[in-house]
Amino acid sequence: MNENKKRKYAFFLGCVAPNRYPMIESSIRAVFDHLGAEILEMEGASCCPAPGVFRAFHIPTWLVIAARNITIAEELGVDIITGCNGCYGTLRDAWWELNHKPELKKMVNEHLAKVGRQYKGNIEPKHIVQALYQDMGMDYLRDFVKHRFKDLKVAVHYGCHIVKPSDKRPWGGEYECPTFLDELVEMTGAKSIDYKDKFMCCGAGGAVRTAVKEVAADFSREKLTNIRDAGADIIIDCCPFCHLQLDLGQMEANSVYGAMIGEPFKIPVIYITQLLGLSFGIDPNQLGLIKNHELAGVSPFIPIEPFMQKVKEELT
Amino acid sequence: MSDNVEKYIKRKVYKGTSSKIAQKFVDAGLEKIRACINCGTCSGSCPSGRRTAYRTRSVIRRALMGDESVLEDIDIWLCSTCYYCYERCPRNIPVTDMIIKLRNIAVEEGHILDSHFTLANDIFYQTGHGVPANGDANKKWRDLRESYGLPPLPPTVHTHPEALKECQELMKSIGFRKLMDNVEKIKAKERKEKEKAEKEEK
Repeated sequence: MNENKKRKYAFFLGCVAPNRYPMIESSIRAVFDHLGAEILEMEGASCCPAPGVFRAFHIPTWLVIAARNITIAEELGVDIITGCNGCYGTLRDAWWELNHKPELKKMVNEHLAKVGRQYKGNIEPKHIVQALYQDMGMDYLRDFVKHRFKDLKVAVHYGCHIVKPSDKRPWGGEYECPTFLDELVEMTGAKSIDYKDKFMCCGAGGAVRTAVKEVAADFSREKLTNIRDAGADIIIDCCPFCHLQLDLGQMEANSVYGAMIGEPFKIPVIYITQLLGLSFGIDPNQLGLIKNHELAGVSPFIPIEPFMQKVKEELT
Repeated sequence: MSDNVEKYIKRKVYKGTSSKIAQKFVDAGLEKIRACINCGTCSGSCPSGRRTAYRTRSVIRRALMGDESVLEDIDIWLCSTCYYCYERCPRNIPVTDMIIKLRNIAVEEGHILDSHFTLANDIFYQTGHGVPANGDANKKWRDLRESYGLPPLPPTVHTHPEALKECQELMKSIGFRKLMDNVEKIKAKERKEKEKAEKEEK
């Protein structure tokens, strides 16, 4: 690929990845760099704002702040990538609304004009998985696979907003049973296993986690029980908020629903670019897979060492 | 099926509605709520309803009938916005969007949980992030970032104070600041009334 054709993306960070799970941010940067895609910083971006929380408080605020974030990428002249289903939900839905409803675009631009900005609608907000699967494509990615994992059983968790609402998503209307994330996982040699209610929500979104943590933890309890029953070694996801809910949520489910759960949950939760990066032969340090600190009370809350042990042989 | 829905929505009906809430949906272009036949596909698809008292079908029905107590019900905050109801509704009603809109109406009337109000008013408005990494309490998260070779704060509003000001400017201009101030007033009034009632009881 020559330099002129080099893929460039504006990287929308959001909140949970940079501020709670920085290993996710590191791994996205490392993998995109490795794949020859350039990441441009969206200087001064804010919270997306979260679709189930801030949108639920005041839709116009949600729309105008989302539009402001999109204008930062418009100035850079490239499409947005985000690693978060929530941010994707907001940026993609706002983009869709603004590009389909001229009266909303006019309203938003009246406010943006006060801070010297204008929403044009000439770039597309994408999920990193969308950029990998659709822009680069499986054939392109497959050439980068260096290590194949033989006995790794993976419970794939899509999350909700990467596929729904399906009329505003790029997956051809598929939402009941998508396969793109499984295909990316299986490209590494790992096995994506079937489990009950695979496409069920993690429970964190829609302001539920902030409203009643126990309800969110009960979603996770059900999901994690199904994952454990199916014999998964690890969980692979593509959203930092699901990631938080499935990682920290194991501790919460263990403490709130201990009697129902029995043996406490301890399933390592790995982000998709961490798995892909390992398979591509990227240094695990760059993928945030090696703990390099003595900090207490930080992520990941469920140790991922059992996963690193399991794939150790294949990495050498 | 979709033709039927169109016919149903466009049929001649009495334009006004005795339901203040239903009228707000209609005003916001969400008139499709009228097409609801209360079949319950939404509730049957709802992962929250499996473990809580939240019944999507009931919430939509109460909104249509003008039962304003629905706005004070914590149930409407237990939807995780998974969008199954939106996808599966046989009448093509964007159910999840209805719930989001219903929450907007509730907040307007001052019905918002304290935890959500803090998140909106003290965290999002003040920092520009829903989950921030600045301030003393978040030092460990900045240290964690550094341990993975990242700068302690991301290149967001966290390191661009002028960008945060811009966001706050927009939030004032669009009415978010006013909305939050109004909610605070309603909440303070409710607290006072509650204290007064408690005193009188004694």
